[in-house]
Amino acid sequence: MAAAMPLALVVLLLLGPGGPALAEPPRDSLREELVITPLPSGDVAATFQFRTRWDSELQRKGGLSVLLKADRLFHTSYHSQAVHIRPVCRNTRCTSISWELRQTLSVVFDAFITGQGKKDWSLFRMFSRTLTEPCPLASESRVYVDITNYSQDNETLEVNPPPTTTYQDVILGTRRTYAVYDLLDRAMINNSRNLNLQLKWKKPPENEAPLVPFLHAQRYVSGYGLQKGELSTLLYNTHPYRAFPVLLLDSVPWYLRLYVHTLTITSKGKENKPSYIHYQPAQDRLQPHLLEMLIQLPANSVTKVSIQFERALLKWTEYTPDPNHGFYVSPSVLSALVPSMVAAKPVDWEESPLFNTLFPVSDGSSYFVRLYTEPLLVNLPTPDFSMPYNVICLTCTVVAVCYGSFYNLLTRTFHIEEPSTGGLAKRLANLIRRARGVPPL
Amino acid sequence: MRPGARVPGTGSAGGRGFPGLAGASRGLSCPSWRREKAPGPPRPAMGLLSDPVRRRALARLVLRLNAPLCVLSYVAGIAWFLALAFPPLTQRTYMSENAMGSTMVEEQFVGGDRARSFARDFAAHRRKSGALPVAWLERTMRSVGLEVYTQSFSRKLPFPDETHERYMVSGTNVYGILRAPRAASTESLVFTVPCGSDSTNSQAVGLLLALAAHFRGQIYWAKDIIFLVTEHDLLGTEAWLEAYHDVNVTGMQSSPLQGRAGAIQAAVALELSSDVVTSLDVAVEGLNGQLPNLDLLNLFQTFCQKGGLLCTLQGKLQPQDWTSLDGPLQGLQTLLLMVLQQASGRPHGPHGLFLRYRVEALTLRGINSFRQYKYDLVAVGKALEGMFRKLNHLLERLHQSFFLYLLPALSRFVSIGLYMPATGFLLLVLGLKALELWMQLHEAGVGLDAGGRPGPSAPLPPAQGVGLASLVAPLLVSQAMGLALYVLPVLGQHVATQHFPVGEAEAVVLTLLAIYVAGLALPHNTHRVVSTQTPDRGWMALKLVALIYLALQLGCIALTNFSLGFLLAATMVPAATLTEPHGPRPLYAALLVLTSPAATLLGSLFLWRELQEAPLSIAEGWQLFLAALAQGVLEHYTYGALLFPLLALGLYPCWLLFWNVLFWK
Repeated sequence: MAAAMPLALVVLLLLGPGGPALAEPPRDSLREELVITPLPSGDVAATFQFRTRWDSELQRKGGLSVLLKADRLFHTSYHSQAVHIRPVCRNTRCTSISWELRQTLSVVFDAFITGQGKKDWSLFRMFSRTLTEPCPLASESRVYVDITNYSQDNETLEVNPPPTTTYQDVILGTRRTYAVYDLLDRAMINNSRNLNLQLKWKKPPENEAPLVPFLHAQRYVSGYGLQKGELSTLLYNTHPYRAFPVLLLDSVPWYLRLYVHTLTITSKGKENKPSYIHYQPAQDRLQPHLLEMLIQLPANSVTKVSIQFERALLKWTEYTPDPNHGFYVSPSVLSALVPSMVAAKPVDWEESPLFNTLFPVSDGSSYFVRLYTEPLLVNLPTPDFSMPYNVICLTCTVVAVCYGSFYNLLTRTFHIEEPSTGGLAKRLANLIRRARGVPPL
Repeated sequence: MRPGARVPGTGSAGGRGFPGLAGASRGLSCPSWRREKAPGPPRPAMGLLSDPVRRRALARLVLRLNAPLCVLSYVAGIAWFLALAFPPLTQRTYMSENAMGSTMVEEQFVGGDRARSFARDFAAHRRKSGALPVAWLERTMRSVGLEVYTQSFSRKLPFPDETHERYMVSGTNVYGILRAPRAASTESLVFTVPCGSDSTNSQAVGLLLALAAHFRGQIYWAKDIIFLVTEHDLLGTEAWLEAYHDVNVTGMQSSPLQGRAGAIQAAVALELSSDVVTSLDVAVEGLNGQLPNLDLLNLFQTFCQKGGLLCTLQGKLQPQDWTSLDGPLQGLQTLLLMVLQQASGRPHGPHGLFLRYRVEALTLRGINSFRQYKYDLVAVGKALEGMFRKLNHLLERLHQSFFLYLLPALSRFVSIGLYMPATGFLLLVLGLKALELWMQLHEAGVGLDAGGRPGPSAPLPPAQGVGLASLVAPLLVSQAMGLALYVLPVLGQHVATQHFPVGEAEAVVLTLLAIYVAGLALPHNTHRVVSTQTPDRGWMALKLVALIYLALQLGCIALTNFSLGFLLAATMVPAATLTEPHGPRPLYAALLVLTSPAATLLGSLFLWRELQEAPLSIAEGWQLFLAALAQGVLEHYTYGALLFPLLALGLYPCWLLFWNVLFWK
């Protein structure tokens, strides 16, 4: 389920100009941000944005980085760290630039492990920490909590403390509502000396089918045995009425010999002809197969792309040290402009929360998505490197000996030879015999 | 006959060549080229030129000592097999896989009460709905934190299955995937519980759910774990496996799977029918006699020992004392049971179907008998938890240990190198007999040749030609019988039910038997039409072909499924060797019938029950035999078991050839 991975805890650290783009900022500004999103699966997602130097000294001073406690962060289902550096214009004419450093950390907390089977969460339960004070260097320090369901129906969940302001935005084609907690707002922390955000489900959503994104994909190897197989990719378009094209890029190692004539693409039981195919065949030990296709996905459909392959027999020094583990086939890459349900308005990136940059919007009607399917593990025919080697050596020896003698017998020519004059000894003997007058041998 | 007698006569053909050599090359039955060369000066003689005197002596030895050699070889084969359970041939098992061997894990499963309450709820819902409570299972699996999917399947069996009382089968499999944290779902393990039509096995479902809940709370998983509950026993498992690997082997109709978890590395199936067990029985024999890697069994045995569980193999307790005679004798019983089970080629549990996809798997069965010490679900759960944690450590697929072995006990095994000679000796009998026949035929040919057309004129090729032509008819007829045996029973069941007062299943079995018996009554005189040779050569040639055919088949079978190969060889070889149209023919006929494949099946059933200490009466045995026939055919169609086509298309026609030989007039 490639597309099901939502962003979780994203820490963005920005060193560079902040504030309005027009006005030249007096000094480099620092913004930090945490976005927490409950996921359909019950896990918890959150986004942090920092404008502090990301080191231990600052962590002691407070701010969101207090929450970054390693033993909790690595106790999670998923985490990902990234650093982005880019030049930013300081004024409209771009006469001077400053550099923006952005650091993100995304973490998905497993609700079942952190929440003992419940879907409720709190900052303390996730990080074993609470927020006590804002970062003294930060010009902006905010926590966003996705309460999209909350605003629709007050009965289902409860956020504590209740939010003072909310923020609405269109994320991945749907409208989301966030409760905003500004740590620079003195009242937020002074009330209780610390801020422990909590979310409780009043009516636990039972049997609720998890929301699926419009585009998601699945990939697997089918077939059995070590000779042939099939790579299948399932592309799901769950959009109720819009079809959209997807660019599918597959890079398959050379030791899976693809049969391109077996490439079939079917949607809703009918053949789907790709509008563009680029295929670059593999060269043994030099380059992998490259297959790129532009496929139109009909609305509300599953498209199956399958291609058969044959497993090559490697040279025996080419096997990895763990050949029976299998060989990895890298994920296929899907790129698409997915139509939105809600039109997004163009945003001013400097004004809006930092997490907006994670979801770039080209125009209002669609948003760009790049998906990576799961990597595959394919078993190749693998010799047992220990015992049969001996057996093969032995057998070959036996066969060689048998074959040699048989071949010898079959091809040897036999002559009837006149008795020769004999060897040196015989000649000597005959000489002696002649000298003695006895008939020779 | 008299190997040396014709030498001077044939020797004259060689001109100035060596007389002995000429005889030898004539013996190679390719003398046609000699015609041109004969009058010329001494030319280099080509061909296999061995010392004719020694060769002749060897031939004489083989001919003269044939019967004793055959008997000796057969006895050696049987004795070797019986000796397999004794210590020099059995070895202690040992863990080969590095990743599973060195460290123990600490089992923390305590959810016995939870498992029991899950089991009670499941049984209650099941009784209420009368089928697998899919919705309840989905809800429960989701509540313990799994990613849940269902798969519906349907299958119309070729004819009604009277043992399991099913014909048109449709059901739903439910499975939940525990996603390993921080992993990309490339590998997985499977824990499966089959649910039949009755409400047994609900305790296993309860334990599965409790284990799932426990596993979900741990963070050490490196492989996804699939918890699979299948409906209709193995049919559900087969449907799920086919859908998971996106193949259609048996014509099952099923919905495609929504969720997958990469390559399955190992699977464990569990069958429990009570809250407490006195022992755990382990089944390893899979479809077509495939076996899982021995390391998986070693793993199970390790945790049996660690948890102090009483573990059995083939329902037999493990002998402790291997130094005296008792241990090996008990081991021999277990070994025989395993051979019978493996030879049947049917999957003895859901694990058997996984093996086709190269997923190492075994089935654990909780047995509740009248012993004093009982274990509750916690003990079983701990053993399973330990196994899964160790399997989770695997870096590669299980491949280090043996795939081909026999088990006289859980802690003892016989490797392929040690058991193969048993079959080798048995097949040697066929080879010796074939060699004798070939030599006799050859000598007969030479005799005719020398008697009828003496001198250097072109002799006919001795044994081939006419001999082969007379073989075509019996071969074709018996092979056609085999084809009829394979095709007609299932194809003609509707015709049979219309004309006779029988059900479809009965019709199939009875047609099967009828065709089988009809094969015996076929006209065996087809050779008369074509054959003008002396009668002896006809049957000898036919027997020679039949012997080679049988030896080839048995050799191939023994390589893939040793037990089946050995069982068939042990029964068919003596009769096949003895059969000839002279001598005490009723005796031979009785022997042949007694060792035909069907009779072997009947005998195996009696032996099997005898070894299980539940002897059969004749009537029960016959009923069981009929049921086994139906099951064999069904398993071929539903799971792809190969025993039925093998017997019908391979061994039965071959056996008919011997029957032909016996009634050669």
